[in-house]
Amino acid sequence: MTNPSYEAARRAANIENEAMVSVTPPSGLFRGSRKSMREIWEYRELLWLLVRREVKARYKDSYLGIVWSLFRPLAQLFIYYFAIGQILGAARSLPDFAILVFIGLTWWGLFAEIVQSTTTSVIGNAGLVKKTYLPREIFPLAATGGALVNFVIQVAVLLVAIAVISSYRLSTDLLMAPVSMLIILCFGTAVGLILAAVNVYLRDVQHFVEVAIIILFWASPIVYGFTFVANALHGSWVEQIYLSNPVTISILGAQKALWSQGTLATGDLAQSWPPDLWPRLLITLLISVVLLWIGQRIFARLQGNFAQEL
Amino acid sequence: MTTEIVNVENVSKRFVLHQHRSVKERVVDFRGRNRHRHDFWALRDIDLSVPLGSTVGLVGHNGSGKSTLLKVIGGIIEPTTGTVTRRGRMAALLELGAGFHPDLTGRENVYVNASILGLTRKETDRYFDDIVEFSGIEEFIDTQVKFYSSGMYVRLAFAVAVHVDPDLLLVDEVLAVGDEPFQKKCMDKIASFQREGRTIVLVSHSASQVGALCDRVIVMDHGKMVFDGEPATGIRILRDGYESDRMAEAAAALQAGDETEVTFTEVDISSQVHASGVDVVLDLEVEVKDQIDDWGLGVTLENTLGTVVYAVDTFGEKLDMPASVGKHRVRLELPDLRLGAGKYLVHLGLGSSSGLTYASRSGAGSFNAPDELHGSGLLRVDPAFHIGSPR
Repeated sequence: MTNPSYEAARRAANIENEAMVSVTPPSGLFRGSRKSMREIWEYRELLWLLVRREVKARYKDSYLGIVWSLFRPLAQLFIYYFAIGQILGAARSLPDFAILVFIGLTWWGLFAEIVQSTTTSVIGNAGLVKKTYLPREIFPLAATGGALVNFVIQVAVLLVAIAVISSYRLSTDLLMAPVSMLIILCFGTAVGLILAAVNVYLRDVQHFVEVAIIILFWASPIVYGFTFVANALHGSWVEQIYLSNPVTISILGAQKALWSQGTLATGDLAQSWPPDLWPRLLITLLISVVLLWIGQRIFARLQGNFAQEL
Repeated sequence: MTTEIVNVENVSKRFVLHQHRSVKERVVDFRGRNRHRHDFWALRDIDLSVPLGSTVGLVGHNGSGKSTLLKVIGGIIEPTTGTVTRRGRMAALLELGAGFHPDLTGRENVYVNASILGLTRKETDRYFDDIVEFSGIEEFIDTQVKFYSSGMYVRLAFAVAVHVDPDLLLVDEVLAVGDEPFQKKCMDKIASFQREGRTIVLVSHSASQVGALCDRVIVMDHGKMVFDGEPATGIRILRDGYESDRMAEAAAALQAGDETEVTFTEVDISSQVHASGVDVVLDLEVEVKDQIDDWGLGVTLENTLGTVVYAVDTFGEKLDMPASVGKHRVRLELPDLRLGAGKYLVHLGLGSSSGLTYASRSGAGSFNAPDELHGSGLLRVDPAFHIGSPR
C-alpha cells in the first residue's frame, strides 16, 4: 500500500513535466497525419481487441463458428463454377477454372468486405463514438482487420486446394500475391475511411455501396478470364481504363502468382496477360498508399462532428 | 502557483439543427436550405482552468450545456471556436459500459473496456482480479453480458473504470449506480482518488453529491458559466434557480384559476431565525365558496432534496373548520424548528377527510435554516461530548 500523499506528489511531478496538448487534432496536412498515426499506434492493442471482438461476436453461439466464413465464398465458387464454367462453357477455354474463380473471389471478397464493413463501422459503434475518446480511425481499421481475418482463412484453403488439384509455379511472380493483397488492403481502407465518414452525415452511402459492390464485381476478371477482355478490346484505351482499376490489377496479380495453368497452358488454353504487370502493380500500390493517406485526412477532417451527428 | 491540468479558452459550441436529412429532401429544397437550419449555441465563451488535484462539479438545469462542456474537455466533441488543452492520462466515464458487447463474456468485455479507457493488456492482467472483486460478480465473469442484470452490468463497468489509472477523470452522472453498499464503495473509491491527487470533473444533478465531493462548483445556464467558485454558494445559486422556476410555474397554475369549493386567497409565510432554531409562521386566508362541512388544511415541510421533514393536518388534530361560505383566516405557528442548515419548502393543501383535494400550493413558500454550529445533517443539535479514560 503506497502512501497516498506520496502518490499525489509523484503524480503532480510527473504531470508537471508533460506539456499541455491541444485536445482538438491539428488539421494541418502533415503535422495532423503524424499525430493521428501516433495515436492509432498507441491504441494498437485496442485495435486488435476490437478485431477479435468483431470476429468472436459474429460467430458466438454457433457450433461451426468461424468455419461459417468459408461457406459463402465456397457456395459462390460452386455456383460460378457450374453456371458460368460448365453450363455457359467458360471452363473450356480456361484451365483450372475453379482455381481461377476462387482466387478472384477471395481477393474480391477482401475488397468488398473491407468497403462494406468500414462504411458502417462508425455508425455501428455509435455508442463508443459518442461516449468515449478514441482515435475514430480505430473503427474502420478494426472492420478492415475483421475482413482480413476472413481473407486469411480463405487464402489458407486456397493454398491447400492449389497444392492438391493444381500446382505452384515457382518464380518471382509468386510475390505478386502479397503485393496485390497490400494494394487491396490500402485501396479498400482508403475508400472505406472516406465512405465511413461521409456515411455519418448521409446514410444513403451505405445503400449506395451495396449496389456498387454488386456492379463492380463484373468490372474485374473474377468469373471470366482476362483473355476474354484482351480479345474483345485489343489493347485499346478502354482496356487501359479497365486495367486502371486497382482491384482489377491486383486480382490479375494474384492470378498471375497463383494460377499456374494460366501461364503454363499452351495452344487453345493459352492465356493473355496485360503487359508490364509488375510495374503496374507497384505503381498501383504507391497510388493506393497515397490514397490511404488522403482518405485518412478526409476522415480526420470530418470526424470532428461525429459525436453530435450520430 | 498551482499546476493546471486542463485549460479551456474561449470555447463556444454551435449545433446546427437540420430539419431534413435525405438526399431527396436536400435536392428538392436546395435553395431553401438555410430556412431549415437552426443554430443552437450549447456553449458560449467558456474560459476555465482546472488545477491539478481539484474536484470540480458542473451543475445546471437540463440542457444548460454541462455535459457538452464535459465532452469538449474529453475531446469527444470538437468546439466551434476556442481551444482546449490538457495533459496527463484521461479517462472519461460518460456512460458506463459504453464499449460492452452483449455477446461477449464479462471477462472479454473487461479487456476491451479497459483498453478503451487506456490500459494496456499487461496492466489489465495485473488489475483483473481487483476489478472482478470490486464488481462482486465473480461467478458470472465468464457469462455473456447480455444475461447480466442491469445492476451487474453497471457494476462491472464501474469496476473497470475506477481501476484505470487516470490523472484526470471525467464523470457524467454515473456515480449513482448499484445498490447501497456498492454506491458506498464507489464513493470511497472517489475519495481515495482525491487523496491520490487525481483531478476529477463531474457532472451531477445531485446537490448533496456535489457538496460532498467537490471543492469547486461551476453553475451552467444556457451555455454560459454563471458561477464558478465555492460549492455551498454554487449549490445555493442552482437551487435559487430551480426555486424561481418553481415559483413561476406556481404563479402560472394559480392564474389558470381553479373553480373548487375551497381555495387559498392569500398565503404569507414568514420565518424568524434565533439562537436555537427557526420559528415559522403561516398566515393563510381561505375562501369557502360552497357550503361544505368537511374540509381541512395540510402542511408539509420538505428540504430541497425532496425529503419530507415534517407534515401536519387539521384532521389529525381533530380541529373543526368553519363551514360557512366566505373568507376565513388560518394561522399556523411552527415554533423553534431545530433543522439542519439549508433551504426548506412549505407545501400547502386543502382537502376532505376522505382524501379529495380541493386546492394545493406546492412550494407555496420557503425559509432558510441557519448554518449548524456543530456537526451536520437534517437536525440542529447541541451535542455534548464527554471524554474520559476507560473505567
